[in-house]
Formats: sequence, C-alpha cells, structure tokens
Amino acid sequence: MTIGSVPLRYKIGVDRDQCMLCGRCVENCPYGVFRMEGERIHVNSRVCVACHRCIAMCPRDAISLEERPVDYRSHPIWTPQVRESIYNQARSGKIILSGMGNAQDYPVIFDRLVLDACQVTNPSIDPLREPMELRTYIGKKPGVLRFGEKDGTTVLETRLAPNLMLETPIMIGHMSYGAISLNAQQSLARAVKHAGTYMGTGEGGLHESLYPYQDRIIVQVASGRFGVDINYLERGAAIEIKIGQGAKPGIGGHLPGEKVCADVSCTRMIPLGSDAISPAPHHDIYSIEDLKQLVRSLKEATEWKKPVFVKIAAVHNSAAIAAGIARSGADAVVVDGFRGGTGAAPRVFRDHVGIPVEAAIASVDAKLRTQGIRNEVSIIASGGIRESADVAKIIALGADAVYIGTAALVAMGCRVCGTCYRGLCPWGIATQRPDLVARLDPDVASVNVGNLIHAWTLELSELMGAAGINSIESLRGNRDRLRGYLLDEGIMKVLDIKPVGA
Amino acid sequence: MVVRIDARGMHYTPLNRAIREAVASGATEIVLDNVMGQRFIADGLRGDVTITIHGVPGGDLGMFMSGPTCIVHGNCEHAPGNTMDAGQIIIHGSAGDAVAHSMRGGKIFVRDNIGYRGGIHMKQYLEKRPILVIGGSARAFLGEYMAGGLILVLGKEDDRPRIDRGIGSGIHGGMIVIRGGIDEENLGVGAMMSELSPGEMSGIEPFVREFSGNFGLDPDTFLNDRYFRVSPASARPFASKYTWEV
Repeated sequence: MTIGSVPLRYKIGVDRDQCMLCGRCVENCPYGVFRMEGERIHVNSRVCVACHRCIAMCPRDAISLEERPVDYRSHPIWTPQVRESIYNQARSGKIILSGMGNAQDYPVIFDRLVLDACQVTNPSIDPLREPMELRTYIGKKPGVLRFGEKDGTTVLETRLAPNLMLETPIMIGHMSYGAISLNAQQSLARAVKHAGTYMGTGEGGLHESLYPYQDRIIVQVASGRFGVDINYLERGAAIEIKIGQGAKPGIGGHLPGEKVCADVSCTRMIPLGSDAISPAPHHDIYSIEDLKQLVRSLKEATEWKKPVFVKIAAVHNSAAIAAGIARSGADAVVVDGFRGGTGAAPRVFRDHVGIPVEAAIASVDAKLRTQGIRNEVSIIASGGIRESADVAKIIALGADAVYIGTAALVAMGCRVCGTCYRGLCPWGIATQRPDLVARLDPDVASVNVGNLIHAWTLELSELMGAAGINSIESLRGNRDRLRGYLLDEGIMKVLDIKPVGA
Repeated sequence: MVVRIDARGMHYTPLNRAIREAVASGATEIVLDNVMGQRFIADGLRGDVTITIHGVPGGDLGMFMSGPTCIVHGNCEHAPGNTMDAGQIIIHGSAGDAVAHSMRGGKIFVRDNIGYRGGIHMKQYLEKRPILVIGGSARAFLGEYMAGGLILVLGKEDDRPRIDRGIGSGIHGGMIVIRGGIDEENLGVGAMMSELSPGEMSGIEPFVREFSGNFGLDPDTFLNDRYFRVSPASARPFASKYTWEV
C-alpha cells in the first residue's frame, strides 16, 4: 500500500429518476463498469475508459461522466499524467503502452494557419455553377514529354508511369486487419470504392472478403511481411512499403497473440494465437540503396504495373530522406506526422518522437522542388488530418493528397478514448471479439464514412472556389493562400509563408 | 521444353520478361548463361519450371517466388529467397546476407556459407514450412525474430559450424538446428539450446539427405554426429515488456 490507489480518472453517474433499468449499459460495456443488482444499476467507475458507449446507448440520457472528479493538487509541471505514469512504472517496471495519437499538449500548426478568399479584385468561383477539379493523380509525372510521328499522326513516345486516379484528394490510411476489425475494414473499403478513392490494408494482409474492392486498395509491405505473397501484391492497386509510422517512429510493431484469431491468422499467414512481431527495421533494408532494391523488387515482381509508395514517419531529416526516396524509383512518399494514430504504441514514443506533419510536408516539398525532382514522386500527408480545412492547408503546403485514419474511425462511432490496445473496443472497431465486432454494421458505417469524405470534398471545393481556384493543382504548394497567425518566424520560414497582414 | 537464354549484358527487366515468356510458352527448363549480377531473377515467378543459372545472380534471387526451382552454379548475392512462398533454390556456392529473409515456404540449400541475418523472420503457416539448409557456416543473427520453419546448419568444413553471436535473438517460433551446437554466449536474447532427441533427429534426416543428394555429398558424414536445436524460450518474447496506460 505504499502507493495506494490513484484518484478515479472518470466518474460515472446514473440519474435514478431517469433510469428505467433496461440494462443496456450493462450489456454494452465490455469493461464491466455496470452491473444490475435487484432494482438498481451499480457502477464501478474505476474501470471506465470514457468510450461513451453506455451514454450513446442509454435511451433515457440517464448516464453522466465526469473527468477527474478528484484531482491532484494542481501543478503545471507535475501533471496528473506525469504522476500516474510514475506510479504505474514504480509498480510494474515496464514500458507504458498507449493508443491513438499523440496526447501531449503541443501547439497545433494547422490552427495557426488561415486560408485566403477573394474580394473584389478577382472574383470567387461558385462551385454550384462552375466545375471544380478535385481529381488527383498519384504517381510519377514525366519531366518531359516526347512525341513522334506514326501513320501521319502525332503519338506520345514517353512511357508514362502508372498513376492512381483519385476523385478527391482524401484517401484512408493503413489500418490493418488485426488492429481493426473486418467489419471496420469492409466499411472503409465500400466507402472508398463509392467515393472513387483508395484505402490501405496496413500490415495485416488482405482478407478474402475485400477482394471485390481490391482495385481501390493499396497493399502494404512492412518489416514483418505478414500476408505478403505474389497474389497479395498483384491484387493491390498500388503497393506501399512502410518504413515508419508517425505514432511510433523508429520502432516496430507488435500484435499480441490474443488478437490473432483464426481469421487474422489466415490473413497474416501466421499460426493462431502467436505474436505478430514486426521488427524495427526491414532486415533487407539497411541503407537507401537497399530501399531502392526493395522498391524495384516489388515493381519487378508486378511487372512495373503498380505504383510503389514509401511511407516514413515525419522526423527531423524527413526532407533529405524523401529526396532519397524520390531517387529510389518510388512513385509516392507518404509522410506520417507525429499526431498519427495507432492501435498500440509505447507512450514515450507516441508523445515525444517525431515532428508535426505541417512542417514535414512543407520541407519535403521544398527540398524536392529545389532538387528538381518534385515530379518524380507524389507527396501524401498523413497523421492528424481532422477536417477539410486541414486538407486544404496541407495541400497548400505542398501535399498531393492526404490519408485520414482516426477521422474515418470517428465517422464509424469511435470516441477517441485511446484504449485500442485493450482489444475491447465497444464500437466494434479496434477489436476481434465477435460479439463486439458484430456491433459495427458495414451497411451503415460505410455510408457514414462515405458521407464524411463527400462532405469534406464539398467543403474543399467551396474553400477553393472562395479563393478563386478551380483546380486542386492550383492549390498544391500555393503558399500564398496561407498566412501564419501567431506563428514564430522560424516556423514560418520552414513553412515558407507570410504572417497575417503581410 | 528447354529454353536457353544468354544473359550477357542484359538488364534484369528484359531478362525476367524473357523468363516469364518462356514459362508462359510452356518451358519446363530454362538455362541462363553468363549471368553477372542481374538482380531479382525469378522475382514473383510462378509455375513448375527449373531455372539453371550459370554465373553469379544479383540480390533478391527468387524473391516472392511461388513454385519454380532455381539451381545456381556459382555464388549468390544479398537475400536469395527473400519472402519466398514456394519452390526451391539450390546454390552451388555461398550466399550473402539475409538469405531466406521472411521466407514463408519452400526450400533453400546453400552448399557453402552464408552471411549475416540468415533466415531472419522466417515464418510458417499450416502446410507452409520454409526450410533453409546451410552446408558450411553462418554469421551473426542467424534466425533472428524467427517465427517458424527450420534452419539447419551442417558446418561441413569442421566438426561444427563457425558461428558468431546473436543466434536466434527474438526467436518466437520454428527452430535452428546446428551440428555440434554453439557456445552459450552466442545465443541471442530469448533463445535457448538443447540437444536434439533421436525422435527430432529423424525429422531432420530427410533434409540432410536431400542436401547431400543435391551436392553429391555423403550424408553419413553429417548424420553420425550430435545436433543441437536453438528454439524460443517463450512463444511470447515481449509479453512482459509492457504495461497498459490505464
């Protein structure tokens, strides 16, 4: 009892006047907060993770949740989180595992950027009346086009590299089957197919039930090579080599054996219940030359028909690394910022390693332009894209398209409780427990995700129209459409933007 | 049908295209002459075909390969059999680093020695069990993060292979069988070593015979000896490393 119990993180209250003892809270909470005894719902608030499932399912709005009802003595440095981590590690001697994205209170650059709009001197464009071009091509663009004559007509002689055609610059990033449920993946797949965009498999293989959507799926090759064989590579619309992840730059992944159920085992091609360990590096890539070899081996295996992406975590030297990737023969570089989500990551990595995607994209774009190789790769921004304004801003900073992850999960009900690593997601998203997975209906969830992409796309075209831009290509890297609001000079130099009023 | 291709001065893409075309037109045997460093030979190739390679193929020979047999009369570079799915690679010589990296099925026989990280992260599933047999010695981190399959090291030049450190570090499935064993100090984190029982030995014997048959060696010079297995101390090497945030 040296340390004793720490204060409750959340306190659940039940309004006895409202409660009709229907028991839905008991049924819905996989963490065991509620139990019915006689004519009364009893509550154990200590196991609550604030997933809000009970609140969403209560027909009488009888449940209330209070965060930190008993707090510590306030202190700006010794925050409750800092103190509780020490208690946890003093008891366990272990690495703290956390979920979702960076939870540290860093300033958000997106929220210090403002967009431009037309007034008088050049007219804004009404997207209702004028066509807005949001179609985006991901892949290499030729530096020069060569034409020749054949049978009296002009023909293109330059061989074009394969590109992906997106109807909107919003894709869904890589969340593996294992990290999320099959119902969740199916919902995302149906949504991207409908929206004319793409999603990633993550490093969990491609489940058979997703084959009908394979033309809209980017298959991932990560350091564990789970589920990777020639059939998998040929099915994908594109192949992505995962080098790093924004939520945990520099380390590998680890799917605990409990999550490796029969179907996950089959898709990943590993035995039931065994740990799926992805090493920190790819052990066939120890240098930038080796990366080139992996890129080309994938192209060679698929007869140069598929674009190959390389995903890195946004870190200090992202720009130089991206320049190396552009020269490796890859068709796109994905830069995953430090706010990117994850099923599970050591908290110290999630909260302290990597840099914001805004700064990384601006510097990658600038470096590639300086070296004259911006056309060699498309740039995909991921990690912390929360709304359409973020999409517009990151494209203006130089990205071609974005990957969303957490936002798509929130569209399916996720409340960002950050407890994905427990495998008990009450929304049926980050779990493999059949009764929980069954709660997520792909018929409904796919519509919800599709609606989100559609709504953001509409907002994006409105923002572009207001700025007098009718093509996404004219927004790309158009830093003049951004101004920094209370950003310091150093950051504005990196972003290559002016302050408000200038 | 036998197809002969002179690979002298050829880039790997047209070479692979010629191989694919030969397979598509029904070749059951392809002979490549004057191979000199071309990478990715038989990369992602399917089919029931034997490819005989004269010369030194470049890196990633037989990567993602699913079915064919490659017989190399020469040494191999980096990572032959990388993420290979099915088929065989028989190397009449030595090979570089990361041989059989992430291999998931099929067999690789190397007559002589291999470099660092051999058989790293090999894995097995149901009937797919990758086999890597090394006639000579292997360097550090053999079978690191191994999740399944079998690595067999015969050490044919000495009474046991010359092997250095980190053998089977992070191993959580499969086994590494070494003639004469290794010094304890060369075992990786999470690996343990024990002598092979006669029952386990009978599971190894067919691969020793197959290896010997491939290279015209006498299997009895290997079989009448003591063998040791390096296997996981736990199937969950990282289970006790983490604590939940809440």
